[in-house]
Amino acid sequence: MAWRLKLVRDKTSIDFFRYVRVTFGASLVAVVLSVILVAVMGLNFGIDFRGGTTIRTDSPVPVDVAAYRAALAPLGLGDVSITEVFDPTFGPEQHVAQIRIQAQGDMEAMAPETIRQVEAALRGVDPAITFPQVESVGPKVSGELIWTALLAVLAACVGIGGYIWMRFEWQYGVGAVVALAHDVIVTVGVFALFQLKFDLTIVAALLTILGYSVNDTVVVFDRLRENLIKYKKMPLRDVMNLSVNETLSRTLMTASTVLISLIALLIFGGDVIRGFIFAITFGVLIGTYSSIYVAKNIVLWLGLPRDTATDGGEVPNEA
Amino acid sequence: MHSPLWTRVLIWTICAFGLLYAMPNLFYGRVERHNDAMAAMARAGGAATPEQAAAIALWPDWLPSGIVNLGLDLRGGAHLLAEVQVADVYAARIDGLWPAVRDALLAERGSVGAVQRLAAEPGTLRVRIANPEAMPAALAAVRALAQPVVTLTGVGQSDLEVTAEGDTLVVHLSEAERAATDNRTMQQSLEIIRRRVDEVGTREPTIQRQGADRILIQVPGIGSAAELKELIGTTAQLTFQSVVQVTGDSAAPVGATQVLLPDLNDAATFYVLERLPVVSGEDLVDAQPAFDQNGRPAVNFRFNPAGARAFGDYTAANIGRPFAIVLDDEVISAPVIQSHIPGGSGIITGNFTVEESTQLAVLLRAGALPAEMVFLEERTVGPELGQDSIDAGRLAAVVGMIAVALFMIACYGLFGVFANIALTINIVLIFAALSVLGATLTLPGIAGIVLTMGMAVDGNVLIFERMREELRQGRGPARAIELGYERASSAIVDANVTALLAAVIMYAVGSGPVRGFAVTLGIGILTSQFTAVYVSRQIITAWYRWRRPRLLTV
Repeated sequence: MAWRLKLVRDKTSIDFFRYVRVTFGASLVAVVLSVILVAVMGLNFGIDFRGGTTIRTDSPVPVDVAAYRAALAPLGLGDVSITEVFDPTFGPEQHVAQIRIQAQGDMEAMAPETIRQVEAALRGVDPAITFPQVESVGPKVSGELIWTALLAVLAACVGIGGYIWMRFEWQYGVGAVVALAHDVIVTVGVFALFQLKFDLTIVAALLTILGYSVNDTVVVFDRLRENLIKYKKMPLRDVMNLSVNETLSRTLMTASTVLISLIALLIFGGDVIRGFIFAITFGVLIGTYSSIYVAKNIVLWLGLPRDTATDGGEVPNEA
Repeated sequence: MHSPLWTRVLIWTICAFGLLYAMPNLFYGRVERHNDAMAAMARAGGAATPEQAAAIALWPDWLPSGIVNLGLDLRGGAHLLAEVQVADVYAARIDGLWPAVRDALLAERGSVGAVQRLAAEPGTLRVRIANPEAMPAALAAVRALAQPVVTLTGVGQSDLEVTAEGDTLVVHLSEAERAATDNRTMQQSLEIIRRRVDEVGTREPTIQRQGADRILIQVPGIGSAAELKELIGTTAQLTFQSVVQVTGDSAAPVGATQVLLPDLNDAATFYVLERLPVVSGEDLVDAQPAFDQNGRPAVNFRFNPAGARAFGDYTAANIGRPFAIVLDDEVISAPVIQSHIPGGSGIITGNFTVEESTQLAVLLRAGALPAEMVFLEERTVGPELGQDSIDAGRLAAVVGMIAVALFMIACYGLFGVFANIALTINIVLIFAALSVLGATLTLPGIAGIVLTMGMAVDGNVLIFERMREELRQGRGPARAIELGYERASSAIVDANVTALLAAVIMYAVGSGPVRGFAVTLGIGILTSQFTAVYVSRQIITAWYRWRRPRLLTV
C-alpha cells in the first residue's frame, strides 16, 4: 500500500450527536449574537450600499493622514474617512490610502468638478500622488442595491431549498435552508463585529458561500438517502451518524482543496479583493461545520418517513 | 467499463477544441493587435495600411482569434450608470403641441371665445377658455388632434388625454403614449451615446440599457469617468429661436411662450426668445469644423429638407431681425438675418478655439440627446492598478494550482495525477468558453477561476473516496472504478446544480465585477462536471486497460 496523506482514518465512527447541546447551542448563540451585533453596531456599508465616493491614492511618499484630512477640510464635504492600506504585494515605494467621502446630494454621483477639487487639494500635499481608482455611487442607486442584494440572497436560499425538496424530501429542504441561513447570518455577524467593509462583492461572496455550503450538505444528504434504503431498521440518528462518517473524508478533503486555493488568493491576490476572499474563506469553514452539525439536526428533529413495508433487514450491501 | 467509441471520440474532440480556442489567450498581446487591426480595416472599408497589415500578419487567419475580454478593473477605464430623464421629453412634446391646440381652438372661436395658455407643471398643457359653457366643443376640437398610439400593447389608445377642470382645458400624454415615448427616448439616447463613444475610437465599449430608464456605459482605456461624461453628457441641444428682445436685465419679464437665456460669451447680455424653436438640432444632417470669412474657427452645418424649409421660410419673413443660435440653453450668437437663406445650410460663429469648434461639430453631428441624463454611478480604474490586479491574480492562480495539485497527489497518488490532468483541462475549457462567449474577465472573475480549481477537484474527491469504500468492501479494481463513478454521480450532479443556481442568481442581480465572478464560477461548474466525471473516467479507463493492475490503490 503506497503512502497516502490521510486527513481522517479509513473508518471512523464519531458520534456527531453526542455534544448536540454544545454544538447546536453554539450555533444558536452565534446566530442570535450576529443578529444583535448587526442591529446594534450596524454594518460598515461600502459606497455601493450607502452612496458616496471612494478615492484610492498611490504615492512614493508615505501617507500622511492628518495632512490629507487638513487639505480636504476646506472643501466642506461632510464626513470624510481616510485609511492607509497595507499589503504585502505593494512595492517598497508604494504607499496607498483609501479616502471615503459621504454622498453629496440625494441622487447623483459626485460631480467631476468636486472630484477634481479633491484631487487638486491632495496634490497640494503630495505632488507625486496618483489616483488609480475613483468610484462614486449616488444614494438613489445604493438604496436599490441593498434591496437587490437582500433579494438575491433570499432568492438563492429559496431556490436551493426548492431544488432539494424536489430531489429529496421537504425535511431535507428545510434542513439545508436553515443551515444556509445560519452560514449567511454568522458571516454577516463577523463583518459587523470587526466592522469590515460590506459592499456588493461581499454579497457575491455570500452567494458563493451558499453554493459551497449546500454542495457539502447535499453530499451528506445524498449518502443519507442511500443509507436509509440500505439500513431500513437502523434508527435515523445512527444512519445519520453513519452517513456523516462515511462522507467525512470527502468533506474535509474538499474543504482543504478549496481552502488551499483561497489562502493563495488571500496572500497573493492583492488588497482589492481581500475582503471578498476573506468572506468566502470564513464561509467555507462555517459551511463545512454547518453541513455536519446543523443541517442534519434539523432533519432529525423533523423526522423522516421510513418505508417499513418491505422488511429488508440490515443488509450491509446489495451485491 | 468499456465506453462506446463515439463517447470517447466526442469527449476528446471537445477537449481538443477547448485547447484550440483557449490557445489565443497565451498570445494575448499579438492576438489583440491582430483583432484591432482587422476591426480598423473593416471600418475603413477593406484596405489595410502597412502597419495594419503588419499587425494582421501577427496571427494566422485560420486560427481562432477570440480572446477573453479584460474587465475595467483589469484593463483600466471608466464606468458610468446614467438615468435618462424621460419625462423631459413629455414636456417638449406638450410644448410642441401648443400651436396646434391654439389653432384648433381659434377655429372654434365663435363658441369658445378667447383662449389663454396658463403656466403649468412640465408635461401638462393648461388652456383657459373664455366661455366655459362651450367646453364640450373645445374638448372635441382638441381631442380631434389626438392620434392612435402604435405599440404592441397600446393598440387603439390615443396619444393624448384631454380633460376639463372648470374653465380650463388640461392636456396630458396618455399612459400608452408615455410608454412608447420612453422607449423611443431610450433607443435614441443609446444610439447617440454609442455614436459619440465610437467617435473616440476606443476598444470594446459596453453601452447597455438597464431597466426602464437607465444606461450603463463602460469604456476601457479612457482616462476617467469625468472625461467620459464630458464626451457623452454634453447634451449639445442646438436650436434656432427667434429673438423677441435683447436686454441687459437678468430678470427681464417674459411671456408664457417665451424664455430668457444668457449669452455664452457676454455675462451682461440676455435674450428674450420665443420658447418654440424655429428649427432644432434634430433636423441637422451634417456639421463640420470650418473657418469664417475672417479666419476665425466656426462650424458649418446643413439641415434636412424639413429643417431647410422651415429655416428658409423663417429667414425670408424676418430679414433685418436677429435670431438666436442656442446651444444647451446658452445663446452662442444672435446674428441679424441679412437675406433669405434657402439652401438649408449655414455657419455658426462665436468665440471658439479650433478645438472647441471641432468638438462642437462632433457633438452636433452625433445628434442631441433627446433628454437630460443624471449620473447615478461613476467608477474609474487606472491602468496601473489593473495591471497590478492581473499580476496578483495570476500569481495567486499559479500558487493555488500548484498547491492543490501537490495536495491531490499526496492524498491520492497516481489518481491524484489523473485528477490534476482533468483539472488542467478544466481550466483550459474555462478559458475556451470565456473566449468563445466573448465574456469579460474581472478580478473577482479570476478569483472565481481559482475557487473553481478548489471546487472542481470535489467531483474527483467524491469519486475517489467512493472507490476506496468499494475497494474496502472487497470489490475488484474494475468494479470499484465503475461503481465509484456510478454511485458518486448523483451527489455530484445535485451539488453542481445547486451551486449553479447560486451563480445564475448572482449573474441576474449583480453588476460589473460581481457578474464577472458569476460567469467564471458558472462556467467553471459546468466544465468541472465534464472534466471531473467524463474526462477523468476516460483517463482512468485508458490507464486501467493499459496496466491491468490486479490490486488497486486509490
